[in-house]
Amino acid sequence: MSAPGSTAPAPGASRAAFSPNWLGRAGWLALLLYCIYAASLLDVTWSRFVIGLDQGAKFLDRMFPPNFSRWEAVLKGMKESLEISVLASVAGILISLPIGVMAARNLMPGWVSWPARALIAVCRTFHPVIVAIIFVKAVGFGALAGILALVIASIGFIGKLFAEAIEEISLKQVEAVRATGASFMNVILFGVLPQVFPRFIGFSTYQFDSNVRNSTMVGIVGAGGIGAPLFVAFQRFDYDVVCAILLAIIAVVFCCEILSNQVKKVFGEQRVAASG
Amino acid sequence: MTAGTAALERAALQPAALEFRRLGKSYLPGHPVLHEIDLAIQGQGLTAIIGPSGTGKSTLIRCVNRLVEPSSGQILLDGEDLTALRGRALRLARRRIGMVFQEYNLVERLTVIENLLCGRLGYVGAVAAWLRRFPQTDIDRAFELLDAVGLSAFAKTRADSLSGGQRQRVGIARALMQQPRLLLADEPTSSLDPKTSVEIMGLMQGLCEARGIPVIVNMHDVELAKRFASRIIGMSGGRVVFDGAPAALTDEHLKQIYGGEGWLE
Repeated sequence: MSAPGSTAPAPGASRAAFSPNWLGRAGWLALLLYCIYAASLLDVTWSRFVIGLDQGAKFLDRMFPPNFSRWEAVLKGMKESLEISVLASVAGILISLPIGVMAARNLMPGWVSWPARALIAVCRTFHPVIVAIIFVKAVGFGALAGILALVIASIGFIGKLFAEAIEEISLKQVEAVRATGASFMNVILFGVLPQVFPRFIGFSTYQFDSNVRNSTMVGIVGAGGIGAPLFVAFQRFDYDVVCAILLAIIAVVFCCEILSNQVKKVFGEQRVAASG
Repeated sequence: MTAGTAALERAALQPAALEFRRLGKSYLPGHPVLHEIDLAIQGQGLTAIIGPSGTGKSTLIRCVNRLVEPSSGQILLDGEDLTALRGRALRLARRRIGMVFQEYNLVERLTVIENLLCGRLGYVGAVAAWLRRFPQTDIDRAFELLDAVGLSAFAKTRADSLSGGQRQRVGIARALMQQPRLLLADEPTSSLDPKTSVEIMGLMQGLCEARGIPVIVNMHDVELAKRFASRIIGMSGGRVVFDGAPAALTDEHLKQIYGGEGWLE
């Protein structure tokens, strides 16, 4: 019945437009099986969830109304957190500028860029809380450990994104500045920075927001800020105090985001002129 | 005063002298783009280098300010071998060589006046450059050049809002800010319409002639080259195949430079 000379299959046999991806199907199946296995192992069941809901209701009930009676401790902790995040952001941004430039493979030879990239990778490896624990052990309890931990986090984030932004610039502009006989620093200042400055402001304000949030957490491991009173309140089951602290954190984070947006509006689309 | 600076000062009174000696360049080993170029360009005037795409015109002039590293041979500017320079000495040599680019290569996010002052970056320290503290003489010269290229009204406009012709005017002014001994132009009109191309070539020729600066221009447009150049160098396959006055350039030469003849009529 088949047409002469053709390799078409016999009538009735349909030709498949898509070949089955057995490896992909096996992967999805494996993921599904692992999720079921992990859930059974960790006692994640519906009945356990219902018990949890019950507990959650009691917890919420004890959180309200928020208790601001210890407002002085909250204010002091919040101030310290803010100080930690501002200092860490300023130091981290200043340090990540040269490191980001050094890590850009289109401007630097390999023997400069690879060590810089390795440093950035190390800074990104650990969560800020783990870094904070390490610094608490290294330099002792208090705000210094928190600042150092967040500086590391800032270098990891801004350094990486800044280097990537530099790697995407137009080298024609750099070439023209270099052709005037400008020194390396002047090439960076006039050929490179104007191209990446608005993005750098974006990364920096984002990291500042992130540092404000993280600064409230490093206190839990003893690295200064609002985290310590928060942790103590949890331990004492003073959930109404916990609620007050959480509201204070929300207020501060919210204000800082508004501030970041203003900074972006002022600097984001402007040139690097020091005179502004 | 050392003998070297005395020689430089004597040279400064005379028009620049540029000499290529057996200059060779291969981007890939065994595939030379330039074959032992020997050329001498002395005094002022506009020298046009014509030739098909990919024949090494761009490579040749980029070897002069070492945006491209020559593989062999020498390039002498006022008797100094540019191919041997490194670091600071190379930067000092680059200050004396202005360059105009096909795609203008302005720093897009900077203003016109800042782009002009880029031409002085070889003379200004990093802190002063960052704070935009240029010497007043540089700023005065920048405004004079802005007048000369007809963009006085655009001093504080950002470069990315200019038209192509305006951008190339800024590119020429930036190169002249260097007070160069020599101006290189790498296809300065290839991205422009015919009318603007003529204006840009006329502007470049006029400004450089008034300042006694020799100009070396790469270009595709043979008619434009004949109109503005006092000397034409034809290149083909990485070699110089014609070198002479525009009037001496015949269809026979053009066939040799570009190959074929159907395109001539």
